[in-house]
Amino acid sequence: MRRFAELFEALDTTTSTNAKVAAIVAYLRSANPDDAAWAVYVLIGRRPKRSVGPALLRRWLSEESALPDWLVEDSYASVGDLAETIALLVQPNAQLLAEKSEVSLTQWFEQRILPLRALDEVAQHAQVTHWWRSLCYRESFLVNKLLTGSLRVGVSRTLVTRALSEVLERPRVDVERGLMGEWQPSGQFWRDLAAGTTASGLLHPYPFYLASPLERPASELGPRERWLAEWKWDGIRGQIVRREDECVLWSRGEDLITERFPEIIAAARTLRSGTVLDGEVMCWRGDAPLPFATLQKRIGRKTVGPAILAEAPARFVAYDLLEKDGVDLRPASLHARRAALAEMLRGAPPALAISQPLAEASWESLALVRDTSRALGVEGVMLKDLDSPYGTGRQRGAWWKWKIEPLVFDGVMIYAAAGHGRRSNLYTDYTFGVWDGDALVPVAKAYSGLNDDEIRTLDRWIRAHTRERFGPVRSVEPLQVFELAYEGIAASPRHKSGIAVRFPRIVRWRHDKPAAEADSLADLRQVLANQSRAVG
Amino acid sequence: MSDLVVATARGLYCARGDFYIDPWQPVERAVITHAHGDHLRGGSETYFLAAPGEGVARLRLAADVSLRTVGYGEPLQFGPVRVSLHPAGHILGSAQLRIEDEGEVWVVSGDYKRDPDPTCAPFEVVACDVFISEATFALPVYRWTDTRNVAQEIRLWWQQNSERGVSSLLFAYALGKAQRVMAELTAFTDDPVYLHGAVASITDAYRAAGVKMLPTLPATVARAREYAGALVIAPPSAAGSPWIRRFGEHSSGFCSGWMRVRGDRRRRGYDRGFVLSDHADWPSLLRTFRETGASRILLTHGHTDTMVRYLREQNVDAAALRTEYGAEG
Repeated sequence: MRRFAELFEALDTTTSTNAKVAAIVAYLRSANPDDAAWAVYVLIGRRPKRSVGPALLRRWLSEESALPDWLVEDSYASVGDLAETIALLVQPNAQLLAEKSEVSLTQWFEQRILPLRALDEVAQHAQVTHWWRSLCYRESFLVNKLLTGSLRVGVSRTLVTRALSEVLERPRVDVERGLMGEWQPSGQFWRDLAAGTTASGLLHPYPFYLASPLERPASELGPRERWLAEWKWDGIRGQIVRREDECVLWSRGEDLITERFPEIIAAARTLRSGTVLDGEVMCWRGDAPLPFATLQKRIGRKTVGPAILAEAPARFVAYDLLEKDGVDLRPASLHARRAALAEMLRGAPPALAISQPLAEASWESLALVRDTSRALGVEGVMLKDLDSPYGTGRQRGAWWKWKIEPLVFDGVMIYAAAGHGRRSNLYTDYTFGVWDGDALVPVAKAYSGLNDDEIRTLDRWIRAHTRERFGPVRSVEPLQVFELAYEGIAASPRHKSGIAVRFPRIVRWRHDKPAAEADSLADLRQVLANQSRAVG
Repeated sequence: MSDLVVATARGLYCARGDFYIDPWQPVERAVITHAHGDHLRGGSETYFLAAPGEGVARLRLAADVSLRTVGYGEPLQFGPVRVSLHPAGHILGSAQLRIEDEGEVWVVSGDYKRDPDPTCAPFEVVACDVFISEATFALPVYRWTDTRNVAQEIRLWWQQNSERGVSSLLFAYALGKAQRVMAELTAFTDDPVYLHGAVASITDAYRAAGVKMLPTLPATVARAREYAGALVIAPPSAAGSPWIRRFGEHSSGFCSGWMRVRGDRRRRGYDRGFVLSDHADWPSLLRTFRETGASRILLTHGHTDTMVRYLREQNVDAAALRTEYGAEG
C-alpha cells in the first residue's frame, strides 16, 4: 500500500500528463501482477461492490472524532469528500501508527475490504475504526477512498492505457480492448492482459468510437456525398456481441444490460455467430421513437415483465457493423461496413433495425431536415466520413454530431449547496425555480456552465444572501436569474413541479434580468405539451 | 454597562475610549493589530501600532501619515480606557489589544497563531473577560503539523525540481508567509531565493527589522534559463498572470492553511499544497479561548457560525460580530 500511496501522491501532485504516465509506468513495472491488476482496476475508476455505506461511516466518524454530528456534517460539507473528511478528523493513535506493518494493495482488497461485506455491523465497526486509528493521514485517506468509492486522481482512462501500452509493449487499442467489459483484478488477469489473451474477452465489446461536436458549418466538411448522414438518436449507445452460443448487450458505460432488453436479444440471436453491432437502444412504437423518459423506465428495472414490455417496447437501431464472421471489420471503410450491415439486417425482426441514412443530397437540404429534429424526438444529425475506419474514443475528424440548439428557459436561483472534489468549499450546486403564481417552484438543478470567476463571485453572493441553512444547503434570496439550456421536459409525478427537465445546464448569468421576469411553470408546461404532440 | 467594543459601520469601536480597531473606513484614531490589507487601511488621521510593525506598515500608508508606535506591553491611555499591545504571533509587529476600563478587560486578538515563527514574537496569553477572536480556520479539519516538517517538504520539492532543471514557483502571501518560509528554510540551505517585486519590498523591511532569512535576488530578468532549479516566491495574485511565463517549465506550490483540503488545492490548480498558516487552527483556537479565561467569546471572521454553535453547546457565551475582515490564509 505504501508504494500505491506513493503513486497516488505522484499523480496527485502534478498537472503534467507525461509525468502522470511516467509515474504509472514506474509503478506497474515494479508491482507484482496482482497489485498491478488491482492498481489498473482502481485507476480506470472501477470499484468493487461497496462493503459499508456512507451513512454508517459518518456515524462512526462522529463517535471516533468525539465531535457532534452536525460538526462532522459541516466539516464534510466544507471538505466535500467523505474519505478525506475521515482522514482529517480522526487522529491516529501514535502507538498503533508505529507498529503497523506493510500491507499490499491486493491484501487490502482481498483480505480486508472485500471480506468486510460478510461481517455484521459490530465487527465492521471494530475493523474499520481500527484502520482509521492505525493509519497515517495519507493511507487513511486512500483506504477510505477504496471503501467509499472510486478514486479520482485526475487520471483519464487514456493515460492509463498509454502507460499500459508502454509497460506491456502492446498497441493501445489492444490494451483498451482487454480492459473492456467485466473482469476481476488478479495476477492471472494481468498476465492475460500482457499476452493479449483476456479470452474471457469472448464477449467483450470493442471500444466505442465517439463523435465530436461540429463547431463550424457542415459545408466546410467538403462534398456532401463523402458523408453518411443519419439521425442522432436519443437513446443509450450500445453494442450487441453475438459470439459462439452467446449474445449480450453492452452499454457505452460498459455495463451488461442484456437482461433488460429481452426482445432485442431475441432478435439478435437470429444473427450468425461472430457478429458485433454498434447502435442505439431505443424505445419505439410503430414507426417512431418514444421519449427518452420511457426508456429510462426500462433502464431502471433489472427484470422486465410483460406490462413494461408492452408499455415500452425496445429496439436496437444499428449504426455500424464491427465484426462479421468473427473478423474485425473496424479497419474497413464505413461505406463497406454499412453495405455489409444493410445486407445482414435485411429481413431482421423489427427489434433490430438499421439507422436509415438521410437522403438529402445537399448540405442546405440536410440543414432543413435537421431543423425538424426536435419534433421527431432526436438530438440532431450525425455526420460520418464514408471512407473512414471505425476509430477509438473521441478521435476527431471522422464522426461529427451536428446537434440542434438546445431549448432554454430563465430560472431563478433558490438553493445552493457546496460542491464536491475540486469544487469543495464553494457553493456550486444550484437549484433553480420558475414562477407558479407568486411562488417559485424548483424545476432544475445544475452544476455546470459558469467559469471559475463567476463561481467565486456567485459563492460570495450566496454567503452574503443566505436566508436559511438546511445542513449543507442554503436557501438564498430569489434575485439571481440564469438562462438554462435543456434537452426536453418529461411529466414527473415525483417532482413538486410535476415536470422533470432533462440535462439542464447554465448558459449564462442574466445579470440584466430581474427575477420577476424569469419564466413560469406554465411556460414549461406548454413546452411539454408541444413536445408530447410532436412525439406522441 | 454597554459593551466595551462593538462592531459599527466603520469598524470595531471602543466608545469609552473613542478609538477604532482596524477600521475599514477612515476614522480619527485607529489602533492597528497588524499590517495586512484587510486590517490596515489608509485614510485615517492617526494610527497606533506595535513598534516592530512600523516598517511594513509604512509600506502600505502614505508618506506623511501620522503614525504612533508603542512597544509591546507599554500602556496607552484613551480617556478613561487603558490600552496595551501584546504579541499575536501572526506576522512581524502583529498585536492583540488589551483594553481595560473599570476592572473589565477585553482583548481583541486580530489574527493570531500559536505555532512557532522565527519572524515575529510569539503569541502571549492575556487574561481577559471578553476575548474577540478570529475564526478563519474554525473547523476541526484544520490542524497544522510541525512547521519544521513543512519547511523540509518545501526544501525537498525544491531539490527534486532542481534535479529536473525546472524552477519551483512558490506562491505565498507577500507579507508574513513569504518571509516565514525564507526564515524556516535557513535550517536546510543558504541558496538564494528569487522574489517577485511585491514580496521583495516587504522582505527588505523584515530584514531591516533584524529577521534572518535566505539571501534573495529580484526575479526581474525575463529569461527561463536564469531560474532553472531555483526557488521563486511570488504572491498568489501572480498565479496565472503573464509574469509567470518567464519561468518556462516549472512546478507550482502554494503555502496556505487552505491547502489542508485537497479539493481546495486542486481547484486552484497548484501542483503542490504546503499546509502552512499564520492563523490559529481548530485546536489552537479552543486552547486559546480556554487559556485567556474569558467568559465570553466574540468572533470576527471566518467560520464564525460553526464556532459559535460549538461553543454554545459547551455552555460558553459566544456570538459573531459583523466585520469586513477577509480570508487570506
